[in-house]
Amino acid sequence: MTPAPAGAVNGSQPEQPPAGSQAVLEIRDLSIVYRAGDAEVKAVDHVDLALAPGETVGLAGESGSGKSTLALGACRLLRPPAVITGGSVIYRGSRVAKEGVEILDQGSRELRKLRWREISIVFQSAMNALNPVLRVRDQLGDVLDAHLHLKRDEKRARLETLLDLVGIPRDRLRSYPHELSGGMRQRVMIAMALAVDPEVVIMDEPTTALDVVVQREILAQIVELQKRLHFAVLFITHDLSLLLEIADRIAVMYAGQLVEVGSAEQIHNRPAHPYTRGLLASFPSVHGTRRTLAGIPGTPPDLRSLPPGCPFVPRCRYAAEPCRSIDMRVRPVAGSGAGHLSACPFVVPEPAIGTPHPQMSTAAKTAPEESRS
Amino acid sequence: MQFIIRRLGFYAVAAWAAVTVNFFIPRVLPGTPVEAMLAQHPQLTAAAVRALDIEFGVGRQGSLVHQYGAYLSQLFSGNLGVSTSAYPATVTSVLGTTIPWTLMLVGLATIVSFVLGTLLGILAGWRRGGRFDQLLPAFTFLQATPYFFLALVAIQLFSNDWHLFPGYGGYTLGDHIGFNGAFISSALRHGILPAATIIVTSMAGWMLQMRNVMITTIGEDYVLAAEAKGLSTRRVMFTYAARNAILPNIAGFALAIGFVVAGALVMEIVFSYPGVGYTLYNAVTQDDFPVMQGIFLAISGAVLLACLLADVIYVIADPRTRTRAAY
Amino acid sequence: MAVAVSLPPSPAVVPRRGQFLRAMPAKAKVGGAILAVFVLIAIIGPAIAPFDPSATNPLATAPAPPTLHHLLGTTSTGGDVLSQLLVGLRSSVLLGVLTASIATLLSMATGLTAGFLGGVADEGLSLLMNVFIVLPALPLLIVLLGYLPHSGDLPTAIVLSALGWSWGARVIRAQTLTLRGRDYIAAARETGERTWRIVVFEILPNEVSLIAANFVGTFLYAILTSVALAFIGVANFSTWNLGTILFWAQNGNAFNIGAWWWYVPPGVAAALLGMSLVLLNFGLDELGNPRLRDSSGRRKRHQRAWRPTDPTPVERRGPAT
Repeated sequence: MTPAPAGAVNGSQPEQPPAGSQAVLEIRDLSIVYRAGDAEVKAVDHVDLALAPGETVGLAGESGSGKSTLALGACRLLRPPAVITGGSVIYRGSRVAKEGVEILDQGSRELRKLRWREISIVFQSAMNALNPVLRVRDQLGDVLDAHLHLKRDEKRARLETLLDLVGIPRDRLRSYPHELSGGMRQRVMIAMALAVDPEVVIMDEPTTALDVVVQREILAQIVELQKRLHFAVLFITHDLSLLLEIADRIAVMYAGQLVEVGSAEQIHNRPAHPYTRGLLASFPSVHGTRRTLAGIPGTPPDLRSLPPGCPFVPRCRYAAEPCRSIDMRVRPVAGSGAGHLSACPFVVPEPAIGTPHPQMSTAAKTAPEESRS
Repeated sequence: MQFIIRRLGFYAVAAWAAVTVNFFIPRVLPGTPVEAMLAQHPQLTAAAVRALDIEFGVGRQGSLVHQYGAYLSQLFSGNLGVSTSAYPATVTSVLGTTIPWTLMLVGLATIVSFVLGTLLGILAGWRRGGRFDQLLPAFTFLQATPYFFLALVAIQLFSNDWHLFPGYGGYTLGDHIGFNGAFISSALRHGILPAATIIVTSMAGWMLQMRNVMITTIGEDYVLAAEAKGLSTRRVMFTYAARNAILPNIAGFALAIGFVVAGALVMEIVFSYPGVGYTLYNAVTQDDFPVMQGIFLAISGAVLLACLLADVIYVIADPRTRTRAAY
Repeated sequence: MAVAVSLPPSPAVVPRRGQFLRAMPAKAKVGGAILAVFVLIAIIGPAIAPFDPSATNPLATAPAPPTLHHLLGTTSTGGDVLSQLLVGLRSSVLLGVLTASIATLLSMATGLTAGFLGGVADEGLSLLMNVFIVLPALPLLIVLLGYLPHSGDLPTAIVLSALGWSWGARVIRAQTLTLRGRDYIAAARETGERTWRIVVFEILPNEVSLIAANFVGTFLYAILTSVALAFIGVANFSTWNLGTILFWAQNGNAFNIGAWWWYVPPGVAAALLGMSLVLLNFGLDELGNPRLRDSSGRRKRHQRAWRPTDPTPVERRGPAT
């Protein structure tokens, strides 16, 4: 499949994080820590992220980068010892008040109303996320009961529609989770996530546990459903290559910080942050010239003892003294389009595939854009 | 279904084991009970002596295999021998009058303590760090106290000092046994203290086990998913967490039932409650070996039945067992 | 219920040697401390007992309350309760240790073999285990000891362990099965490491907390059962143990005449001993299953404890933009 930015989904030009009034989910300056006794681990450190209605935003990073923590924390689903220590999460769906709802201020009763109806989640492991003792129809049905108040035949009709939506035979309503195949279970999770028409669906590594063929099917299903139902997707994965195919915009996290954000096209063609470059260089393209895989040397950092300044310094080949005292705010990337932000002001975007050119000063973009296919 | 059939097969083997152990006890251990019995009760009929021979192998007539066969056939014809202390009553009749008392007391008390303990365990596991956790040391103490000690204290307080409940027997002596009001009411009154003691001591154990499994279950992804779905607290707690947490407890019932039986036995002895335990105790003190071994068989059978029941309930509760071939 | 339900085995957390004591949860430490006191008494008890526990005072007519001379009073035959308690504790503790040791060895042997070998050996051993679990122990014990009224501690321990090894064996077997499927075991087999070495050096270390819990649990079972048996009057009366003290108390009508010094100390001693074992067991449970540990972090006094459906707490440090 040709890696083409999915901005064509709703036809709009991928913009800069949409102006505050338009984003359906706006995370601003969010910080989350884990407290163990007296020690605090910063799992998410002053992160901004926004989703426009119907948009697909990918969130990429290694394990421990904080991407799941960010998403679950924004919904306030994290358990102690996690604590949200700052920021705001504003939801502006069409069903809530115009000025939006500040999720961090809600009590449990209001949150319960928001949950699933407005923001739903597809968890990574369907085998673990489905209740093993309930039939599919009961697990799908209870969320219908909690949020909509349908009559019995309406409910049954809706359940059947949901399974049709994801391509599962209707008789599976009576099955238990262990009676379904892995792919079917994940589809049930997706159907469940869409059961009450949310405007935002968070997908936390939804295909990681599946084999490649099934992965493709599920992804195609998600894209198609999104076209039909127009919900926004926050797609969390460690697999950047996947995001290049289905996301409108991509955000990259490292050690709890946001290090780069931009459209899929910008990230693919002009990756700015050294970490993003490393990620892109880590997987081969099916087409194009053969090259040696680079990967990223070193290991993910220990969040309990982060060095000051940029956390990527130990593994970054361009690292220099100024990096250790840098302010980790993301800034617009010179020479790229609007909406492309990076936390590294020293490295300018070059095409990642084929020509590595470390620069410490702003240099003009050199190589002509290589063919993407 | 396959699961149940496998379990039935197992219980058949266990029953056979119990019967065989029962066969070997008098033949393996020193002493010749039958001679002692004969000496004490010279009025035993020839038929009774023959039955005792078969059961206890006195005289060692025939090979061991031959004796075993005779023993089994005697057993299957319902002949458990004759009680030497309650002569000429048969062991079967002795059992017949005592088992109902035990069933009532132990059966009801076990069910109540399981239900109460499980409910409390659900709450305790849900509200970690709350009031229940502060009561944990008290419950631990209860679980560790010798069962009968609590019974003795209870008798002392409730019966002797405060005269609230009778501390002895199953019913007021002189009452006519049957379905009449006076008997039923006195039976109930006599049953309260023993039942309460059983409940209090075993409830602690069920509660602690349920609490621990509940805490582990709450950490599962599907509970988090239930929260994310915006379901009511009650539904998350019961249908998602508790419903799964209870499974290991049902499975562990077979392990626990040994202790239930032990506790009930001792309780009956302390209260002189006319059930199986008290009868066993009397049989021991009077060297009534036929009754002793008959009671052992009866209790084994009851335990196996209870375990089978627990297995059936488990199959109903856990849908995963219905498709898997092996458990 | 003194038996822990066999939870699905969780990845065992085996702390390194130096950290072992520090990693022990509070419950285990408290339980361990109380147990240590009892073991100490068991060792030195008979030596410090002021009187011979079996000594009787022919002038005594009724139990006498505590005095300076007899710190815990006397029985109806003039015996000193404190001495009986000190001597009796040794017997009970000894019996518990003996039974627990034999039973743990048996359950380790069968559990490891069944879990590691699998196949027919597993089926056979599992059947054996399950049959023993299901046979009711106390009635059988009563019958057996009824035939052997003068048995000492060792035969009693053997009989007790013969009936108590099976539940531990099942738990060990389950954990061994899980571990056997792990990759490093397959690797060890491939490199030709001998079976017994794999079992001893690879599998056993991961089951230490399980085995310890097994030992403690069986200890508790032995204490409770032996006390109960002695109280019923079925056990050996040539030695003193907690149960026999209670038996004589019952016989001497201590309850009705309110001679609390006679029956309360042995009962409380048994309960404390049992409780220390239960606490230790819970502590070991927590060691093996990290989720059970008390959640760390203090919370402010007025906040209530966190419940599972509570949303993530928010502590804003400064105005939200």
